[in-house]
Amino acid sequence: MTDQQTPVGELQSIPALLARNVARFGQRPAYREKEYGIWQSWTWAEAAEEIRALALGLLALGLKPGEHVAIIGRNRPAHYWSMMAAQMCGAVPVPLYQDAVAEEMAYVLGHCGARFVICGDQEQVDKVLEVGQTVEGAEQIIYTDKRGMRKYDHSHMNALADVQAEGRAAAQRLGPQLDALIAGLDYDSTCVMLYTSGTTGKPKGVVLSNRNIIETAKNTAEFDRLDHREEIVAYLPMAWVGDFIFSMGQAVWSGFTVNCPEGAHTMMTDMREIGPTYFFAPPRVFEGQLTSVMIRMEDAGRVKRWLFRRGMEIARRAGPALLDGKSVPLGDRLAYGLGRIFVFGPLKNTLGLSRVRVGYTAGEAIGPEIFDFYRSLGINLKQLYGQTEASVFITQQPDGQVRSDTVGVPSPGVEVRIGENGEVYYRSPGTFVEYFKNADSTASTKDAQGWVATGDAGFFEEATGHLRIIDRAKDVGRMADGSMFAPKYVENKLKFYPNILEAVVIGNGREYCTAMINIDLSAVGNWAERNNISYGSYQELAAHPQVYATVRAHVEEVNRSVAEDPMLAGCQVHRFLVLHKELDPDDGEMTRTRKVRRAVINEKFADLVGALYDGSSSIYTETEVTYEDGRKGSIKATLRIEDVPVFGQTAQQKVAAE
Amino acid sequence: MNQMSTEGYVTADGRQIGGVLMEMKNITLRFGGVVAIKDISFDIRQGEIRAIIGPNGAGKSSMLNVISGFYHPQEGEVWFKGYRRGPMKPYQVARLGIARTFQNIALFDGMSVLDNIMTGRLNRMKAGFLSQALWWGAAEREENENREAVEKIIDFLEIQNIRKTPVGRLPYGLKKRVELARALAAEPQLLLLDEPMAGMNVEEKEDMSRFILSVNDEFGTTICLIEHDMGVVMDLSDRVVVMDYGKKIGDGTPAEVRANQEVIDAYLGVAHD
Repeated sequence: MTDQQTPVGELQSIPALLARNVARFGQRPAYREKEYGIWQSWTWAEAAEEIRALALGLLALGLKPGEHVAIIGRNRPAHYWSMMAAQMCGAVPVPLYQDAVAEEMAYVLGHCGARFVICGDQEQVDKVLEVGQTVEGAEQIIYTDKRGMRKYDHSHMNALADVQAEGRAAAQRLGPQLDALIAGLDYDSTCVMLYTSGTTGKPKGVVLSNRNIIETAKNTAEFDRLDHREEIVAYLPMAWVGDFIFSMGQAVWSGFTVNCPEGAHTMMTDMREIGPTYFFAPPRVFEGQLTSVMIRMEDAGRVKRWLFRRGMEIARRAGPALLDGKSVPLGDRLAYGLGRIFVFGPLKNTLGLSRVRVGYTAGEAIGPEIFDFYRSLGINLKQLYGQTEASVFITQQPDGQVRSDTVGVPSPGVEVRIGENGEVYYRSPGTFVEYFKNADSTASTKDAQGWVATGDAGFFEEATGHLRIIDRAKDVGRMADGSMFAPKYVENKLKFYPNILEAVVIGNGREYCTAMINIDLSAVGNWAERNNISYGSYQELAAHPQVYATVRAHVEEVNRSVAEDPMLAGCQVHRFLVLHKELDPDDGEMTRTRKVRRAVINEKFADLVGALYDGSSSIYTETEVTYEDGRKGSIKATLRIEDVPVFGQTAQQKVAAE
Repeated sequence: MNQMSTEGYVTADGRQIGGVLMEMKNITLRFGGVVAIKDISFDIRQGEIRAIIGPNGAGKSSMLNVISGFYHPQEGEVWFKGYRRGPMKPYQVARLGIARTFQNIALFDGMSVLDNIMTGRLNRMKAGFLSQALWWGAAEREENENREAVEKIIDFLEIQNIRKTPVGRLPYGLKKRVELARALAAEPQLLLLDEPMAGMNVEEKEDMSRFILSVNDEFGTTICLIEHDMGVVMDLSDRVVVMDYGKKIGDGTPAEVRANQEVIDAYLGVAHD
């Protein structure tokens, strides 16, 4: 096993790597953040000074080794620095989802028992104070943004800048102590603790050591030849393991620049200004971008539309082959070159993807059309498969072997095997240490030899050695007649239509499958606008007869394609309805990483599920919703349920049964 | 400074309100034979949020125009910062430290949000025509300073994402926010808001209320607003003046005003027997 591997020199912690970067890349930019309309930047030397001041300040406030420090806020250099400062003090950083409501935060803060909480702004401070009324813990609150904080009781509260100032003042007194703490860090010390989003049950605290993070960062940086010249945009939640690996692990290992946008709303503009060379996004981001490009093309003039259509034809034919280094006829090569000047070049620039050398998508299956669209523009978009417990990487696609239906070959240093029940297992230097305060779960997930069960069912393609994932192992079930039920497989096909944002397929242990569908407000709304269809609300648009007709057509097409696979033909959707509200993490229907929680949905919409199976054509329902500020309300609606034709053998069976 | 009263009061939420910033004494305003405002007196104190309410046609907007110096009353005196104010041009009023927003949005539709807010800084730009045209010396320095101030306001009102968007393309609620930003760019001591929530939905109203409170809290700006939404007025303001048919029928804290029989009659109507 690679566990025994020792790293080069003494680089056994993030603070040690930081010191190396100061020596090696001292004057190169380490962090940038757009504030007040201007990109502010910090070199490695400047960042190291800020981080040290903060660490000294935390020591002065009484932070002790082994304690947990919660960090709640958007991607900002100060928050990455907070994590490193906590590590320097021998404490464990615990980044949390900033959009979590107070109740969710209460569980996590209570579970890790963080005495120090670093908050991005007033909103987060308010939540922590609210939590503090029920949960023991947060003794010191430190906030980054001073706005609105003047009137708070500051007896246990400090601005981050003030903590740093105090740290600078205490440099002489506490410096030696801090140096000793930094020197005490090794490969086995905890690097970070991240809470899993929890598709089922309570979130679990995944403990990752310096070995996990640094070995993974080193291996994968070599795999994609990342170096100190890369630029990334840090915009994904800091509590998510991917952001930690990209913006901390790989960034510190390779010494590249982390750029923080001004805010979530300015992300697209900021990305265009930076032009990242290394980019990660979940499929939903790529889908959203493609949808907005298509919407804007529909609104463009005739000449532009023609150019775009012609350009994309050539791109689809020649783009992916060129990217994979295969031979392409001279004519296509020339046409592609022209297309790059007139169409794809400007388009890539608008999307902020002009300079992307390596792009990854993961987390969910990506639609083949979406994937091919980006590949045909000449963007090296690849897929990877991973999870928090593996420090992200399990498999990834090497350059030149990219396809939309596989997730690639095992990452360097990772061993993968398929269990007897079809479940995927892995073992790697990135494999997590344990679940915090949860020995039972640790034991049931990771066996004595270090093999971890992913919970996903999949298989290796014999010809290529690539891994293909079918579905969550526990979601794969049987229908009443014994045929295989894989909801995700059908849902993904449905979600590839721009009009459909989410779909939930039901059918485990049932006679036939049904689906609940969420429309995509931006795509359907734009269609409504172009067709002069007026609507007052999401609910009204979702219930529009023409929207229903469109969705039915999509479902029918999906049925046709599902019917082609004899193993899964039973998963065709017989009846569907369009939901009156968007599935939302605030209502517990999805995880914070936007994965559907089936159990919650089945329970919450039990009346709808009932109606889908009792043959009724409409159902009246009331649903509780949670607003962003935590207040509750309810939506009332009468939903229509429609039948869809099915194909192949299943169809015949049904007719026979009737 | 003979008129400046030094004593203030403390609000229910613990803010210290200072002395008198503006005082209206026996104001009467006529348009020909129509009496829009009849013998009204009240004051606005340093740091408070003061509301003027009343039914349609009560003379609220006329009152705001008197405060802003756009109308000059036939009778009565306007005192600002301890000095009696004579008739003034709008730019003179602005230089005194008074800024306002309008009931019907008055922005430059073709210009970007940033440029619109920059116009609020005009009074702080002194560079000459030549220097401005060449963007050299004083003009460059001034623009940088003013841009920084404007960016801080953009950050404060959370409109970074529309910084470069032409105002004409924005929805109504955001235009209102841009107008507030432009008024704030002048760094006023007294901010006049003419129906800041008119035509907004609940969410936009909540946002706007939050911004009004934080402007008052963060910059210590005194605010005088006209508003129809009673819930908003009662929540936001420290003291309320109630007008009806050009006369003042009530003045006091929201609770006092709510209990005032004359005010109730004006709003609910009263049986004349």
